[in-house]
Order: sequence, then structure tokens, then C-alpha cells
Amino acid sequence: MTWVLIALLVVPLVGALVVAFLRKDDTKAKLVALAFSLVELVLAVLLWAAYDPDGDRIQLAAGVDWIPAFGVRLSFGIDGIALVMIAVIALLIPLVIGAGWTEKLPAGRSQGGYLSLILIQEAVTVAVFAATDVFLFYVLFEVMLIPMYFLIGGYGGARRQYAAVKFFLYSFLGGLIMLASAIGAYAMASDELGKGTFDWATLVKVVSDADSTTQTWLFLGFFLAFAIKAPLVPFHTWLPDAAAEAPIGVTVIVVGILDKVGTFGMLRYLLPMFPTASKNLAPLVLVLAVAGVLYGSLLATGQRDMKRFLAYVSIAHFGFIALGIFAFTSQAGVGSVSYMLNHSISTGMLILVIGMVIARGGSSLISDYGGMSKVAPLLAGMLLLSGLTTLSLPGTNSFVSEFLVLIGSFPTQPVYTIIATVGMVLAALYVLWLYQRIMTGPLRGDALVGAAAGPGAVGDPEKKTAIGDLSKREIAVLAPLVVIVLALGFYPQPVLDVITPTVGATLTEVGVTDPVSVQEGK
Amino acid sequence: MNLLVAQAQTIEAPEIDYGALAPMLIVLGAACISVLLEALLPKHQRWAVQLVLTLVTLVGATGALILYATSERPEQGVATLAGAIAVDSPSLFLWATLLVLGFGSVLLIADRSVEPGGAFVAQAAIRPGTVQDRAQATKTGMQTEVFPLTLFALGGMMTFVASNDLLTMFIALEVLSLPLYLLCGLARRRRLLSQEAAVKYFLLGAFASAFFLYGVALLYGYAGSVKLSAIATAAAGTDRSDTLLFAGFGLLVVGLLFKAAVGPFHAWTPDVYQGAPTPVTAFMAACTKVAAFGGILRVLTVAFENTQWEWRGVLYGVAVVSMVIGAILGLTQTDVKRMIAYSSVAHAGFLLIGTIALTPEGTNPGVSATMFYLLAYGFTTIAAFGIVSLVRNSDGEATHLSQWAGLAKRSPIVAGTFTFLLLALAGIPLTSGFIGKFVVFSAAIDAGLTPLVVIALVASAVAAFFYLRVIVLMYFSDPAPDGPTVTVPGAFTTIAITLGAVVTLVLGLWPTFVLDWAGTGTFLS
Repeated sequence: MTWVLIALLVVPLVGALVVAFLRKDDTKAKLVALAFSLVELVLAVLLWAAYDPDGDRIQLAAGVDWIPAFGVRLSFGIDGIALVMIAVIALLIPLVIGAGWTEKLPAGRSQGGYLSLILIQEAVTVAVFAATDVFLFYVLFEVMLIPMYFLIGGYGGARRQYAAVKFFLYSFLGGLIMLASAIGAYAMASDELGKGTFDWATLVKVVSDADSTTQTWLFLGFFLAFAIKAPLVPFHTWLPDAAAEAPIGVTVIVVGILDKVGTFGMLRYLLPMFPTASKNLAPLVLVLAVAGVLYGSLLATGQRDMKRFLAYVSIAHFGFIALGIFAFTSQAGVGSVSYMLNHSISTGMLILVIGMVIARGGSSLISDYGGMSKVAPLLAGMLLLSGLTTLSLPGTNSFVSEFLVLIGSFPTQPVYTIIATVGMVLAALYVLWLYQRIMTGPLRGDALVGAAAGPGAVGDPEKKTAIGDLSKREIAVLAPLVVIVLALGFYPQPVLDVITPTVGATLTEVGVTDPVSVQEGK
Repeated sequence: MNLLVAQAQTIEAPEIDYGALAPMLIVLGAACISVLLEALLPKHQRWAVQLVLTLVTLVGATGALILYATSERPEQGVATLAGAIAVDSPSLFLWATLLVLGFGSVLLIADRSVEPGGAFVAQAAIRPGTVQDRAQATKTGMQTEVFPLTLFALGGMMTFVASNDLLTMFIALEVLSLPLYLLCGLARRRRLLSQEAAVKYFLLGAFASAFFLYGVALLYGYAGSVKLSAIATAAAGTDRSDTLLFAGFGLLVVGLLFKAAVGPFHAWTPDVYQGAPTPVTAFMAACTKVAAFGGILRVLTVAFENTQWEWRGVLYGVAVVSMVIGAILGLTQTDVKRMIAYSSVAHAGFLLIGTIALTPEGTNPGVSATMFYLLAYGFTTIAAFGIVSLVRNSDGEATHLSQWAGLAKRSPIVAGTFTFLLLALAGIPLTSGFIGKFVVFSAAIDAGLTPLVVIALVASAVAAFFYLRVIVLMYFSDPAPDGPTVTVPGAFTTIAITLGAVVTLVLGLWPTFVLDWAGTGTFLS
């Protein structure tokens, strides 16, 4: 079944190439891109079926030599975490294409170019999660920036140039520092084995035995890259700009998918390769994580722009994920990984719904809206549902993961966990307040009533306005997400089954004993 | 009298390994023939004949090089011409690099379709702004002296990287420099800038040569010989004054660093890069860098390896200064040629890291890494300057960055290629620039220079900003209404740009072949 993984890497690239030739015909480009992304989704389902949760640490592995001089191989394979992330990419991309079906691109830009970049982004991101060679991972980590740079810079809002360059430079710098650490690990491997290699499994064996000073330095190199990517406070400032300036579909990809590379990297590279340093430096990461929860929540509450709001919500959620990873218990670890998946789904849905609001009002300022549920009740319902899953209401998917993170972190890190719990309260505040301002009350706001009506003017919901409710296409985009949100909220077991063994293996590599299992033994 | 005769008889002609020297001799010989052709041929035939001669020479020299490199030769290399020239594996690699980069540059120099009559003026000595100058500006005539000058410069560079003693090195330095001074002053447009560049380069270059020569003299005083190996032997264990050694080393290295455009000895670089005709800038940026760093590598590894702990700290500092100057001043540039000039200063800093990456055991993983970097950088730079020569308005090349706004809308292929080359200069993976940085940095980490590597990585990230800025301008800005047009390049420029871009891509994807070749042997000591 190795071919499935290879096909997952190749299909979007072929799609990108085909779509790139359809720059003249927007409709055809959209249809072809959607078809390719659906093929990718089918392949992802096959991949899920082929993965054996109780099998090897890395499955469906395949590889060929690339640069033998440094022992670099083009090698791919997946574990449970990578599988979940690849699946969620494959799920979100068709929805992004569907949601952006009628979106107007800036003058002179074609759907062909836009969708081609989206498909390239999909292929490279899948490859980042599937890479099992550290050099290859670095290469893809940097290459991943290029299509995104053109997506933000070419199709974004007014300050798109600034946002694109900022995004690129932040990630590029982080990546370069990571490269220094990767070379350091490589140098250790060549000293120890007599022959250099970048193979992940080999490096884990070699580097995890290093003394704690070496580990600390190498850890910091990788950590900086992942902390920028994730993003953890204070390395987060690129995200609000990128999220605000990118077109809404690209915001879904940045916030919903690309960020996960950071937390994925922590689980796949930081913990197994540098177990001693991970344990020593855990307090540092935990402080940043909890700071992120509080800072993100507070700033999300205070945002006036919906897209920046989304970015800060994400920063808060990444605090929870990092907390779960560095609490070193299997419950918290499983919680974090499922949070990575559920964050993609819930936040992805929230972004798409907010995108639909913005598509109607033409403005991303919260103050331009009010009482929208009068004219678009279905849309209001969707915003409420996506908001509730974002604030982790029981019965939705995010609740399971947030609960697991908190209950799993408490035995080892009670103080940080208690502080992070405040974030849950703030989440209710910022989500419900956003909903209240946009949807409830009398119909008002420049975007809905029109600026001509004057400040404070109240519209009449009975009068026909241009603001309509959800179209069939929008319902089709949101329906799968609603199903998944509720299904995973009530029955998360299939996902947890896939990730639990991998998280267990990761924690074994770190060498921590699980306090939870001790309690179960009582 | 009898004594004199007897002495004269004991002097034997040195043995000459013609097979090993063939590439160098072919280039220098062809340069001499080229001068004769210039004198004897009628004017209308010169361009074609000179071009064919130059290209055939370069191909022939490369052929001779391949023949020699694949034949049975001593593994550690041979010293020939009484030990003045060392033909070892690094020499052969650097020669091959110089020849292929020279080939690319000659293609750019030969192009006459982009600028009617070529990028060179017939009479460089006419004062700008005079009646003769205006008359000359309307003509499309071109002196074909650029070809012999280029060949002489190339021959000098090849001698320079293979010199086994400092006096030969000095002569080679002059042979490569003098034609370059002249070439800088030949630009058809913006005569004043071009003449200024030539004078500046000449004056500063003369100073640098004097430094070099002074250093040679002091080292001779120290070691009693100008041979690199003799200096190494002398430095290994004597009670002679270290002052002479290190004063001589310092002066010598200043001369070399000047040629390599390493900061803080880079002050000429932006002006000369900007003023010189773009094909010549490409030639200088690619080939002079190879020659200068080839020379630095040989001098440091062969003559001064024993004393590395004394000088490494100094060059460490120079590398930092060069990277910082290149990266930070590059941010403020508004002219694309000056921007690439500062980028070359930053790259010189990266290259210097490779040259000082000697391990305590005396092996130098940095040698092969630096040579690979030079080859990769050379091709990228030639292609980049090739593209700079295409973007023009009525005054010639439009090098001001604001004129590049929105270029991607009008010329997607040119903008796309230039973007790729800029990403290579920034060191993004899947380009040769990344592999070059990677090999240099891993050599440096092997040699215990990790802090320097971290500084270099930060400098790379800073430098990435100004490359990105050009990409932003080309793709995300609206074109100016009276913006420049992109000239459809002639065959020569097209080949040169394609060659550069393809090599940049291929070395980024499959660098193994070249890496293996660069790592085959060490300097003859």
C-alpha cells in the first residue's frame, strides 16, 4: 500500500500542473482543481485504511537515495500523528476550493494560478508530514513557504506585501536556525557511526544519548523553528498579519494546516531526538504555552477585525496544544494530537463561516455588522455552532481534546494547567461576544445597512436586502464539517485509536513513565 | 670567466609538464593570437573571428582539462615549471569552474542584439559629454578588444589559482587585474559611471597589489623563499621573528581579500559592479570570485596551516564583518546591480567561512565545500546579470529597483527565472545556493565554528529580505506606466541565462556528482 502515500504526494502536483494551464478558463480550472482535491481525499481515506495502529512506528515507508554524499534520502513514511494531519489536509482543501468558488480575485489574477498554488501547497504540506529524513524535512519546511508567500502576496488584501514578506522571513529564519541544529546532529552521527546520515530513526538513536548541554543547544535550534511556526508567544506576530491579509481560503490553510507543522515537529523531532533537553526545558515551553493561552484569549476578545480575531484564537489554542505535549503524559499527548486535528476542523469551519459573513458584508470589521441573524438565520446558526466547537462545548469534537489535555496535564503540571483553564472561560467570552455583536440585536452596521444610512442606523429585516442566507454551495461546504464536529464530539474513539500508540511510542522515546497508568493500577 | 661558464652550464631548463599545463597554455596562447588578429584582420571580420576563437579556445581548454584529469596522473598532483605551478585536484576543479563560467560570461559579452552593437564602446578614452562622445553614442561600432582582454584575465585567473609560490601569484594577480580595469571602463551607456568605476577599481586595485607585494617581501624575509611550502616549513618550527610572518601574512591577505570583495575590503564593489558593462560585471562577479577564493584557499591551506590558531580569529572577524555589511547595506540599495554587489559581499563572507573551516587534525572539509559554493554561485550570478541586461528603457538598462515593479505581468518568464535565481542567492532549498550554504556550514560546524555559522544563518535571513523585496516588486506591485521593457534576448544571452538557471536547478537537486568531484583531492604541499 506504499503507493497510496506516493500518490498522495504526486496527485496534487499533477493537479497543479494541469490547473496552471487553465488560466484562461476560470470555471474549468475550479472544476479540475476540485476533482484533484477530491481524488486526494479518497487517497487519504485509503491511507487511513492501510494504517495499522498497532504496527510499526513508521509505516508505509519508501525511499530512494538523494544526495549520497551526506546520506540524504528521499524517504517518506507515516505514523499516527502524520496520518491524522494528512487526512485533515485532504479534507480541508476541497472545502476551501468550494468555499472560494465565487470569490473575486484581485484584478489580473486568474483562478488557474490561485488554485495551482493551493494544490502545490497541499502536496508540499503532505510531504512535510510524511518526510522521515531530517534533511528532507528541512527542505520541505522551507519550500512550503514559497507557494504560501505567493498566495498571500499575490491574492491578499491591502497590506499583503508586508504580510507575505513578514511571514516568509519569520519562518525562513526559524528554519535556518533549525538547519544549524540539524547539521549539528548530523555531525554527531558521522562522528559516532563513521558515516553521516539524516535518517530520522538513526538520528533519534544517536542524538538522544548526547550529553545535556549539546542536547540543549540542538533543542533550541529546532524549538525556535517550531515555536515560530506553531506559533507560540512571543514568536507569533506574523500570524495575525498573514491571517488578516490572506484571502479566506488561504487563511484556512495557514491557520488550520501550516501551523500544525510546528506542533507536529515538536512531537516528531524535539521529544524523541532531545529527550533530556525536552525534560529540562519543559518549564520554558510551558510558560510560553500558558502565556499564549492567556495572551491569545485576551487579544482575541479585544480584536475589531474578524480575521485577526481568528489568528489570536489560534494562538490561544496552540498554547493548549503545547501544554499537552510538554506535560509528558499519554493522556495529555493524545489530547494534544487530537487537538491538532480538531483545531483544524473547528477553526477551519469558523474561518469558512466568517469568510461567508465577510463575503456578504464586504468588510472584516466586527463593528460593520449587527443583527445579521434576522436576514441570514442559517448562517447565524453555523457561526454559533462553529463558535461553540471553538470554545470546546461538550458534545463537540474540541471538547474531547481540550478535556484530555487538561486532565492529562494536571497530574504533572497542576499550576500551569489551572492557569490554562482560565483560557476556557475567556474562550466562552470572546466567542459568544463575537456572535452577539454580529448576529443579535436589530439589523445594523455599515456593511449590512449601508454607510449611507448614517451611524447608528437600524435596518428593517422585512425589507429585501442583498444579504441572503446560505446558498446550496455553502451548505454543501459546511455540512461535512458539521457532521464531523458532532461525530467526533460523541464518538472520538476511531481517531484516538490511531494516535494513542504513536503518542505512547513518542513518550517511550522520551523515557517518561506515565503517572496516569500508575493511578489506574490502584 | 671560466667559473661563470661553468655555473651557466649547471642551470638546467625546468621540466614542463605540458599535459598538465595545457588548459592554461591554450587560454594564454589564444589570448596572444587574439591580439594579433585584432591588429591584422579588417574591421568587419574581427567580431566573428574573435568570438569563434574565444569560444573554441574555452572549449578546447576544457577538453584538454578533461583529457588530463581523466588520464593517469599523480594523485597528489604535480608541481611543474620549477615548482611555480601546482596542478592538483583543486587546481583542476577551479580551472574547470573558471572555464565554464568564462564560457557563460563570453556569451553575455558577445551578445549584440540586446544593445545594438554590443554593450561596449569603441573608444573608452573619449571624455563623457563631449562632441566626440555624443557622436560615438550614435554609432554601433564596437572594439573587439574585449575578447583578448577577457582571455588574458581568464588566463591570469587560472594561473592565480594554481600558483605554488607567491611571486607567480603576484604576476598572475596583475595579469588578471589589468584587463579587468580596462573592461570596466567600456560601458556603452552611462560613460561617466563606467569611467569612474574603472578609475576607482584601478586605484584601489593598485593599492591592494602593493599590499600583496609588501606582504610577499616580508614573508620572503621571514622564510627566505617565496614558495608556499617553504613558508609552511619555516613556520612549523623556527626561532625567527613571528612579527615578520604575521605582518607579511596580514598584508598578503588584505590583497587577496580585496580581490575577493570581502568586507571591509569591499568598498570598490558596488561602484564597480554598477558602472561596469553588465556582461563584464557578470564575468567579474563569477570568475574573479573563483580566482580570489581559489588563491586564498591555497595560501591558507598550504602555507599557513600550521599557524591557523593565530590567524583564524582574525579571519573569523572579517567573515562576520563581511556578512553583516553585505546583508545590512544590501537592504538599503535601490539599484539592482548594487544590490547584487552587496549580496556578493555577503556571499564572500559565507565563502570565507568555508576557507577557514580547517579542523585541528589538519584536514580541511571546507576546501571542497568552498569550491562547490564558488561554482554554484558563479552560475547563478551570471544568469542573474544576464537578466539584468535585458530589462531596459530608452537610456539603456533600467537598474533602479522601482522600474522593476510589476515586471511579472509583462514578462512572466523573465520574472520567474529571476525569482528562481534570487531564491538561489537567498539559499532556499532545491537550488544550488542552498546546497552550497549547506556544505560550507556543515564543514564549519565540523571544524568547531558553530557560533560563526549561527551568525551566518541570521545574515542569510536578513539578506533574504532584499531578495524578497525584488520578488514583491515584480509580482505584487503594479507596473509603472512608463516602465522599462524586456528586450527579447539574442541566442547568446539566452544560452547564458538558460545555462546558469539550469545549473542552479540541477546542482540544487542532484549535487552529488559535483560534490564528489570537488572532494577528490587536496592541495599539493
